[in-house]
Amino acid sequence: MDEKKQKKDVLQGTLALMVLKTLDVLGPMHGYRIARRIEQISGDLLALNQGTLYPVLLKLEQEGSITSEWGTSENNRKARFYRLTRQGRKQLQAEKHDWDQTSAIIARFFAVRAEDLK
Amino acid sequence: MKKLRRFAKRLTSWARTRQDEERLRTEIREHLAFQIEDNLRAGMPPEEARRQAVLKFGAVEAIKEDYRDQRGLPFLEALLHETRHALRRLRKSPAFTATVVLTLALGVGATAAIFSVVDGVLLKPLTYSHPEQLVAVWLTAPGMNIKDLNPSPSIYFVLCDQNRSLQDVGLYTGVSRNVTGRGEPQHVAGLDVTYGLLRTLGARPMLGRAFTRSDDEAGSPDTVMLTYDYWRHKFGGDRAAVGKTITVDGKLRQIIGVLPQTFHFGGSDLALLVPLQLNRAKTFLGDFSLGGIARLKPGVTLAEADADVARLLPIMLRSFPPPPGYTTKMFEDARIGPNLRPLKQHVVGDAGNVLWVLMGGIGLVLLIACANVANLLLVRVEERHQELAVRAALGASRGRIAAQMLFEAFILGLLSSALGLGLAYVAVRVLVAAAPAGLPRLDEIGVDGTVVLFTLAVSLFVTLLIGLITMLKYTGASLGIGLRESGRSMSESRQRHRSRSVLVTVQVALALVLLVSSGLMIRTFRSLTRVDPGFAAPSEIQTFRVDIPDTQVKDPVQVVRVEQEILEKIRAVPGVSSAGLSMSIPMDANEWSDSVFARDHIYAPGELALHRYRFVAPGFFKTLGTPLIAGRDFTWSDMYNLKAPVAIVSEKLAREYWHDPGNAVGKQIRSTSKDDWREVIGVVGDIHDDGVDKPAPSSVYWPILTHFGGIDTMVIRWAAVSIRSPRAGSQTLMNEVRQAVWSVDSDLPLADIHTLDYYERGSMARISFALVMLALAGGMALLLGIIGLYGVISYSVSQRIHEMGIRAALGAQQADILKVIAGQGFRLTLTGVAIGLPAALVLTRFLSSLLYGVEAADPLTFIAVSLILTSVALVASCIPARRAARVDPMVALHYE
Repeated sequence: MDEKKQKKDVLQGTLALMVLKTLDVLGPMHGYRIARRIEQISGDLLALNQGTLYPVLLKLEQEGSITSEWGTSENNRKARFYRLTRQGRKQLQAEKHDWDQTSAIIARFFAVRAEDLK
Repeated sequence: MKKLRRFAKRLTSWARTRQDEERLRTEIREHLAFQIEDNLRAGMPPEEARRQAVLKFGAVEAIKEDYRDQRGLPFLEALLHETRHALRRLRKSPAFTATVVLTLALGVGATAAIFSVVDGVLLKPLTYSHPEQLVAVWLTAPGMNIKDLNPSPSIYFVLCDQNRSLQDVGLYTGVSRNVTGRGEPQHVAGLDVTYGLLRTLGARPMLGRAFTRSDDEAGSPDTVMLTYDYWRHKFGGDRAAVGKTITVDGKLRQIIGVLPQTFHFGGSDLALLVPLQLNRAKTFLGDFSLGGIARLKPGVTLAEADADVARLLPIMLRSFPPPPGYTTKMFEDARIGPNLRPLKQHVVGDAGNVLWVLMGGIGLVLLIACANVANLLLVRVEERHQELAVRAALGASRGRIAAQMLFEAFILGLLSSALGLGLAYVAVRVLVAAAPAGLPRLDEIGVDGTVVLFTLAVSLFVTLLIGLITMLKYTGASLGIGLRESGRSMSESRQRHRSRSVLVTVQVALALVLLVSSGLMIRTFRSLTRVDPGFAAPSEIQTFRVDIPDTQVKDPVQVVRVEQEILEKIRAVPGVSSAGLSMSIPMDANEWSDSVFARDHIYAPGELALHRYRFVAPGFFKTLGTPLIAGRDFTWSDMYNLKAPVAIVSEKLAREYWHDPGNAVGKQIRSTSKDDWREVIGVVGDIHDDGVDKPAPSSVYWPILTHFGGIDTMVIRWAAVSIRSPRAGSQTLMNEVRQAVWSVDSDLPLADIHTLDYYERGSMARISFALVMLALAGGMALLLGIIGLYGVISYSVSQRIHEMGIRAALGAQQADILKVIAGQGFRLTLTGVAIGLPAALVLTRFLSSLLYGVEAADPLTFIAVSLILTSVALVASCIPARRAARVDPMVALHYE
């Protein structure tokens, strides 16, 4: 149960970062577009679970990183559009920094272990 | 900072739940619409486009739940949601809900009602200040075989002067009083008290003042205090009543104070208090007949106070002279010792026994009711099995579903405890009205905070019990099985049936315990009715009391003449076959025990036997139907002839002294060594004066006018009249009797108008109360247990209709099918009985103090109850079994 929850948290953390980056690059868009966009880039991470996006969107909105409002989509459907806030942009930068650092450390770790084995 | 912000958001978004749900629904709908459009554009057929879109989106339930977790305060949120949901589900099956709520409400209500009696009588502290310091003053006299000896004036004076452990001490004695003047003559209950009694209780008057030491001294002006109720009744609550006078027993007394409404001591009909005015100069050692209470000094224990009294008893023996005809040595030989006890224990007496037994009985009924409800819930869970399995497959979490079930139980528990509390409120009133005479502290019984808290605790327990049973059952079954098994075409698996069978077995066992208990009580009651009480046809004996105060008739001999005239007038009333007069009526708790010496008996040192005294006029035994075994009854000339004193003894006393009743006639007895010898002229049958369930005391009967040597002439003025007539108990008879009494003296009030039957029933009240309550509990248990069994068998039949159809089609006879189904019920019952018998053997031991003429482990009762229970259970399982046997195979196989 705990393991499952941890996995979910990691997934949500990653997803949140992807959402922020997507909105940063492409500007305001609705949920389905965000899902499609992440799918295009990340492959099958969201392939079977597009729905998980919505709890993440809500969490980001509660934290103030994004805001949302109802609007009309390109094919005239009612849709909720999400937009990055200033704080969200700051958060993206901070998280990107963290992420770079973390991945660099992890990469170095793997490198060291590989050498040791030889 | 971020966290705080989220919390604030959650709080506000919780308030917008509906809006948010709507938003999520719209977003999901739109998301799917986009995806379907994309899929269609990619060339999928419409059906497939929809299916793929839904698949890709993932489990909607799980996402919704995830979303809800993110938003708002999930716990509160879920609570509200579940409440709404559970209420909706319960509304959809009203029959189920009503059955469950009613069953539980009856169980909880009955438990709460009995508890409120237990609480009011046994648990609550007495309503005096610092009740833990209050003790009842009792002594003991092992040398005379007396376990509980009342305090006497002599010990009172010694205690007042020299004790080291008590703050205050007070004596009292109950007295009936005639109040005349101010309206019609009235007969009321009074207490004669020493001035310390109210101080000991910590009671202050509402109006006026309390008794002082000088009020309590012999020769002081005559004063009286009124209780609140009597003050309201007599003076309409007029505050100016204090200072006025009333005539009590022909004596003018000044009202000095009124007690507050909260004052309770003695009976609830207490009207007035009069100073006891003990005269120290005239006090002898004897008269151990008063009630006594004391307040311990702070920090003093009961044992220390006992030791203090033990220290003072020898001082008492030295300080006061023995009464005429006794020696100090006799009192030394009695080995009087201290026997203080908490006042609460004294007030409650042996009522605790009955009440705890009832509490236990009703607790068992509650458990049986719980088992029934749990059974119903199990059936319901099974019927919802498919739904639950589908929900689980759609991603609803296991905990969520379990919580839902617990919640449903919780709501049922809450509803039924609310209803149960209402029932308890009504039941308490009925109980108080039906409670046996003499159940103490009746006016303190009611549904109060403690009872409500107790009811809440009980319903919490009930809820957890039934909720956990269903929850465990659900989580025990795997969900895959749920989907597969949900079709009705299979016979029930053993696993699904087991928990219900266990519950029914427990029910049968518990019902057996209760039925055995009520069976034992019925046997007790039957043995009691077979006891010869010493009188015949008590419902045809009318009794009442009449008082001839010395202010009205001074001369004792004249009193007897008035009484003789009254009896003659009453005998002339049509329908009256005989009439008698005595100091007290059998079983009316007016007892007097004292010493009796026989002339031809040599007494060993310390051998001082007490016997029951009763003063009677001619015709008493004939009226009661008490047989004359030897000799003759009193005549009126025996009453007037003080020169040749006579006595009658009971058969038991005659056997104790002379082995044969016939030998007793002509022997001589006296009450003290100063008394004249009196000739025994007759022997009469024993009367069970202390109640049918107690042995008959050995008694001696003196004439109503007696001159015990050395003491003033005593005459019965407060006389109990008994009349044998088929019209006993009727208003018309009493009207004629009243006229007959008033034709002799029109100023005599009549009181305590009852048939002898009333006193006999009163003496059995404790046992009949326990019998009725246990029989009710046993009946409820039997009914609930049988309904439970019937339900399980019926349900099992409905599940096995298909199987029965196949069996019938394969050639099984109706009798075979009947045997299969009824056998199932029979096995369950036998298991229950097998568990219940040893349990009953252990538990009925608690009943033993209530039993008479039957052992707690009475084999007849155990066997009879087991047989009855088994046969009723067999009938209950035969009804559904017959239905199964009649199944038309074609119909059964086409079923579904």
